[in-house]
Amino acid sequence: MTYLADVAALTRKDLRVELRGRDTLPAMLLFVLSTLVVFHFALPEGSGETAAYGLLWVAIVFTALLGLARAWVPEQEHRVLDGLLLAPCDRSAIWLGKTLATLVFLLAAQAVALPAFVLFFEPLDAAALGGVLLADVGICAVGSLMSAMAVAGRSREVLLPLLVLPLAIPLIVGGVGAAVSAEPERFLLFVLLYDAVFAVLSWASFEYVVTE
Amino acid sequence: MSWSQEQLVAAAYGVVFFFVLVYVAIIAAKLVRLQRETAELVELARRKAGGGS
Amino acid sequence: MGLALVLALIVAPEDADQGISQRIFYIHVPIALTAYFCFGLGAIKALLLLWRGEERYDLESYVAIHQGTIFGALTLITGSIWARASWGVWWTWSSNQLVLFLVLFLFYCAYFMLRFSLEDGPRRARSSAVYALFGVALIPVSFLAIRLASDFIHPTVFTRDGPQMSGSMFATFLVCWGAVTFLAYVLYRVELAGKRLDADLRELREVLQ
Repeated sequence: MTYLADVAALTRKDLRVELRGRDTLPAMLLFVLSTLVVFHFALPEGSGETAAYGLLWVAIVFTALLGLARAWVPEQEHRVLDGLLLAPCDRSAIWLGKTLATLVFLLAAQAVALPAFVLFFEPLDAAALGGVLLADVGICAVGSLMSAMAVAGRSREVLLPLLVLPLAIPLIVGGVGAAVSAEPERFLLFVLLYDAVFAVLSWASFEYVVTE
Repeated sequence: MSWSQEQLVAAAYGVVFFFVLVYVAIIAAKLVRLQRETAELVELARRKAGGGS
Repeated sequence: MGLALVLALIVAPEDADQGISQRIFYIHVPIALTAYFCFGLGAIKALLLLWRGEERYDLESYVAIHQGTIFGALTLITGSIWARASWGVWWTWSSNQLVLFLVLFLFYCAYFMLRFSLEDGPRRARSSAVYALFGVALIPVSFLAIRLASDFIHPTVFTRDGPQMSGSMFATFLVCWGAVTFLAYVLYRVELAGKRLDADLRELREVLQ
C-alpha cells in the first residue's frame, strides 16, 4: 500500500535528519532529566508518593512540547513543506509520518527518563507504563497538528504550549490515574478513547491546516 | 471580609449587568469609529468622483 | 438588548425561595448553557467553512467563539460567586462544571492566541476552524477526564443541589434561559455586523486610495 510506504518514508526522513543533526533528542533528554532533578527539590518533604507521579506527567508533557516545537521547523525553514505538499502523497500521510517520528523521539527520551524516575522517586508498574505509552500516542498526534498550526505564525514557541496544554489535560488525568489508582483499567481505557477520537480528528484535519 | 448571601446574589447579577454595560460601551465606541471612517471614505470618494470624471 | 436584561432581572424576584443563593442559579446556569451553545455554533460554522469553503463562515465562527468565551468567563465568575454563597469558598476543584469551564476557557483563549499569531487568510481561517472542532470534541472528553480525576484529586465534599425544580421555578428558569440566549444572540449579531462593516470599510479604503 503506497500510503503506508509514504508514511514510512516520511518517518525515516525525519529520523535520519535527527540522527544527522542531533539537536532535538539530546535537548529532550537533558530537559527531562533536569526537570526530574528540579522536582526533587520542588517537592516538599513528605509529599507522598502520588505527587511524584503527577510531576512525572508534567515532565513528560513539557518534554513532548520541546520535541513538538521543533517538529515542523525544518519543513518551515527550508520550505520543505511546499515540496511535500506537491508530492503525490495523501496530505494526512505527512501528519502521520511526523507523528510517528515525534513518537519515536519521545519514547527514546522516556527510555532514559522512566528508569531515572524509578531511581529517583517511585516504582512504575505495568499500568503506569501502559498509561505512558498510550498517552504518548495522544500527545504526539494532537501535538503534531497543533505544531503545524503554530509554525506558520509568529511567536510559535509560546503558542504551542498554549494550544497543547488544555488538550493534554485529559491525558494527564489518564496517565496519573493509571499510575496511582486501584482500578487503572478505567483510566487506560479512557486514554485509549482519547487517542482514538483525537488521532482520527488530527489525521482528518491536517490537510485543512497546511493547504494555502 | 465575609459576604452576606444577599450581597453575593446581587454581585452575581451585578457582574453580568456590568459586563453587558461594558460591552455596549465598546460597541458604541466602535460605532463612532466606524462612522468617522465612513465619513472619511465618503469624502475620499467624492473627491475622486469630482476629479476623475 | 436592554429588554432582555430587564426581563432577566425582573423575573428573578418572582421565584419562590429556597434560600436566596438559589437565585444565582437562574443566571449562572443559563450563561453556562449559552456558552456551550456558542461554542457549538462556532464549531458548526467551522465545519461549514471546511466543508463549503465560503469565507463568511470564518468570521461567523470567530464571533460565535468570541461570545462563547465571554459567556464562559461569566460562567466562571458567577460560578465562583455561587460557590462562595453555597459553600463559603471562592473556588473548589470538586465542582465538575466549574473545572470543565476552566479547561474550556483556557482552550478557547488559546484560540484567540492562534488567530493573532497567524496572518489573515485562508490558512488562518482553516486552522481556526480545525481548532474550534477540537474544542467541541474536548468538551465531553474533558468532562469524562474530570469525573475520573475526582477519584484521586479530592474526595467530593461538596455536592451541588441539582435542578429538581418545582413548576414555577422551572418556568422562571426557562424565562431566564430565554433571556440570556436572546442576549447572546443580539450580541452575536451586533458583533458580527461590526466586524463585517470593519472589513468592508477597509476594502473600500483600499479601492479608493
